[in-house]
Amino acid sequence: MTNGNGKLLGQERLQELAQKALSFSSADQTQVTIGIGQNSLTRFAGSIIHQNVAERDATVAVRAIIGKKIGFAVGNSISDEAIKATVEKAIEFARHQQENPDFVSLPKPKPIQKPVPTFFDSTAEFSADDRAAAVEKIVKAADKVNAHAAGSLSTGYSEHIIANSLGINAYDADTSSTFTTVITADTGFGYAQRISSDITKLDIDKAADEAAKTADRSRNPEPFEPGEYDVVLTPYCVEDMVSFLSWMGFSALAVQEGRSFMSGKFGQKICGDNITIWDDGLDPRTNVRPFDGEGFPKQKVELIKNGVANAVVYDSYTAYKEGKESTGHAMGGTGTQGPYATNMFLAPGNATVEEMIASTDRGIFVTRFNYTNIVHPLLTIFTGLTRDGTFLIEDGKITKPIRNLRFTESILDAFSNVEMIGKDLMLCGAATVPALKIKNFRFTGATEF
Amino acid sequence: MKEFTEKILQKAKDLGASYADVRIIKGANESINIKNGKVDALAAASDYGFGVRVIVNGSWGFASSFTVTDEEAEKVVQQAVSIARASSRLKREDVKLAPVEPAEGHFESEWKINPFDVPLEDKINLLLDADKIMRQQPEIKISEGQMNFWKTDETFASTEGSYIEQVKIESGAGIEATAIEAGEMQRRSYPAFGGDYASRGYEFVEGWNLVDHAESIAKEAAELLKAPQCPSDTRDLILEGSMLALQVHESCGHPIELDRVFGTESSFAGTSFLTTDKLNTFRYGSDKVNIVADATAPGGLGSFSFDDEGVPAQCVDIVKNGIFSGYLSSRETAAQMGWESSGGAMRADGWSRIPIIRMTNINLLPGDWTFDEIIKDTKDGIYAAGVQSWSIDDKRLNFQFGTEVAWEIKDGSLGRMLKNPTYTGITYEFWRGCDAIAGKDEWHLWGVPSCGKGEPMQTARVGHGVAPSRFRNVRIGVMESQSSESEE
Repeated sequence: MTNGNGKLLGQERLQELAQKALSFSSADQTQVTIGIGQNSLTRFAGSIIHQNVAERDATVAVRAIIGKKIGFAVGNSISDEAIKATVEKAIEFARHQQENPDFVSLPKPKPIQKPVPTFFDSTAEFSADDRAAAVEKIVKAADKVNAHAAGSLSTGYSEHIIANSLGINAYDADTSSTFTTVITADTGFGYAQRISSDITKLDIDKAADEAAKTADRSRNPEPFEPGEYDVVLTPYCVEDMVSFLSWMGFSALAVQEGRSFMSGKFGQKICGDNITIWDDGLDPRTNVRPFDGEGFPKQKVELIKNGVANAVVYDSYTAYKEGKESTGHAMGGTGTQGPYATNMFLAPGNATVEEMIASTDRGIFVTRFNYTNIVHPLLTIFTGLTRDGTFLIEDGKITKPIRNLRFTESILDAFSNVEMIGKDLMLCGAATVPALKIKNFRFTGATEF
Repeated sequence: MKEFTEKILQKAKDLGASYADVRIIKGANESINIKNGKVDALAAASDYGFGVRVIVNGSWGFASSFTVTDEEAEKVVQQAVSIARASSRLKREDVKLAPVEPAEGHFESEWKINPFDVPLEDKINLLLDADKIMRQQPEIKISEGQMNFWKTDETFASTEGSYIEQVKIESGAGIEATAIEAGEMQRRSYPAFGGDYASRGYEFVEGWNLVDHAESIAKEAAELLKAPQCPSDTRDLILEGSMLALQVHESCGHPIELDRVFGTESSFAGTSFLTTDKLNTFRYGSDKVNIVADATAPGGLGSFSFDDEGVPAQCVDIVKNGIFSGYLSSRETAAQMGWESSGGAMRADGWSRIPIIRMTNINLLPGDWTFDEIIKDTKDGIYAAGVQSWSIDDKRLNFQFGTEVAWEIKDGSLGRMLKNPTYTGITYEFWRGCDAIAGKDEWHLWGVPSCGKGEPMQTARVGHGVAPSRFRNVRIGVMESQSSESEE
């Protein structure tokens, strides 16, 4: 295990702090989570840096259980005195709690695997000067098309330990980097985003060129009548759709409460045969996280298999309630918001985006969605607008930019109408997904730009 | 504390800062969540740290830490200065700040009952009592209640001589009933989805009488399961307060943020259709529409004594008789506009974040109608209440909102209940259609505790004062075709 060139306190020190916290507790069961790290972010707009920040913070979170009463407290100091105070607050809150009959136990330890490194010195060492130099490159890419660049470049490193009184003692350290840009060319816009634990893999130059080209091509968009059209959606859009499915229904808690679109549908077809979605926090193509917010190892879960509702993700609370084992998807915190799938994949197909466009007689190419939100969770209806490059496809070619449109559509209906699936997967946040070509996507309104 | 802030500011000056400020914040939060008769979460959070903002070589730098010691302060100042030097590699001109009078003093928000002194059992039992009543309605499958309380102690000091201490207590609560049956799910909430919040004490929570309203929202949620779908049509729309508060938030509050207008939020939240050429000329709404940004409103969730740049709280005209007439601003954006002073809208989400332009209390001023008069005066419309969903484009023009419930209005009377109501429009067309606003007796200052903006993400607590209002010829029932198809 790396010590991050002295940037980290290290496994031994964090374990010592966690064990000390557990020793302060008189509760029947106790879980302590300690995290510490630094995040830095450079924001730019109009091709200048306008905001540039760094923060160093810690979290000490304690879940104390007395009988079936659960109390939670969180602080941000790692001094002995503060940790003791946080433990005591959690216990005080547990004492004032009501019994939760559905609570069985915190999880017991299980071996944890870590398939690939998640801490990269390249990212942890990336300085404010390095970030400024990267932004200079993006500005140059925008300059080439007489445009302005806006966006952010962030890096962070952190280490965390999750320990409980049943023997869980899980430590990990990781780095993260994210690059986002919107390039503005008069009335044209383009977007790109890249995410990686290793900043050297971000390929900022290529992403900036991608955004600049889209911005240049989308100048002077024409008004366009909303209606049902075939669409080619980039992975940015598809990630949004898969994330909303996760939010609305891939959690065991949502199923247990009857508010998931998966409730009562297991084994039944809920979308097209060509759609398979799974969650795997150990796959190197995602942001690998070996264990969840309870220190339990992440399992692969096949959520939708060939269009059939197959399974959902569990934390210990929802799993024990059904006599099952957690799948390693606890979110941490108070432990009551339920499990969540954050490393999803949508199975790739064999098409390229160019082939999707070439096969479309009349349709719309969408670069990105804006401000999507759920309209009806059980029907998986969501709404939002297109943004940062919307184009008309005619006779197999992109012919002109069009003004942004509002869609109101059921995600599962859309996933029942997928005609082509991209062969390349892209990590875009909570999901690693391909581009999709979808028939008859419902656009319900238009805006003025 | 003054010794600590002076050391930091002196160090920043020694390292070449032309301006520096420091904020030290101690925060406490208590949250109680009830679900289906159980206390789902009972949590206490505490937080302490400091952040230093500097201008060096004409550019901004900011660094922060949770370790509040002299030794750490030295490192943090050095880091902020080196970050600012890196920023200055890409600048067009030096940052200029509109002037502000240095201020000193200690300021506290008003509260009668400190919510942290109220026994936990009392707070829990209030929510459990409401929860029990909601669950008596058999269709209610998820009953929820929540309370949140914050106490914030903030010290602000700047190289210009300000030293300001502010103490604030904020409180709020709400309940929600979700009915589920045969593939349909419907929710009603009280007093607002996610609760209502204010810069007040526990007396604010008690004032909402949650228990007395539990039965009616549970019945409405159950009734919605069997209610007809909101038709797809163009009709007059009357909005209830909490929904109108969100309409103001999204279609007025965000587009008047000058950082959005100047493009510095363009890659994330977006920009604004209210460009500077429209100031004092553009017809934003009908002549009935008057909107202010009022950071001085008593009890407002967006109220304060000084913003996080040490600028005193103000009430700024935003829309006057329908004409767009003002922005939310910072010292930097005020200088860019050529103004003599900032409107005082800079706030940060705690010590670890840099201040950005945030809403204060964006208030639609009361009109001269009553709700009953508006209904009586409406021939063919719907009355929509409760927030269900929201979405708006990145210039804040095309919006679409869903509400929890609507009732048909025919010939001046409220009629049958409608489920899944939605409405959509273009911001200025919608506000130009506003022809009736209820008066001050029905006006309420709603508190929205979760406005997200900025990178890294910052959450702000903001306020919106509104009274029920009517909007003519609004497109409603956008999802009608989808939901009926899916039900078949």
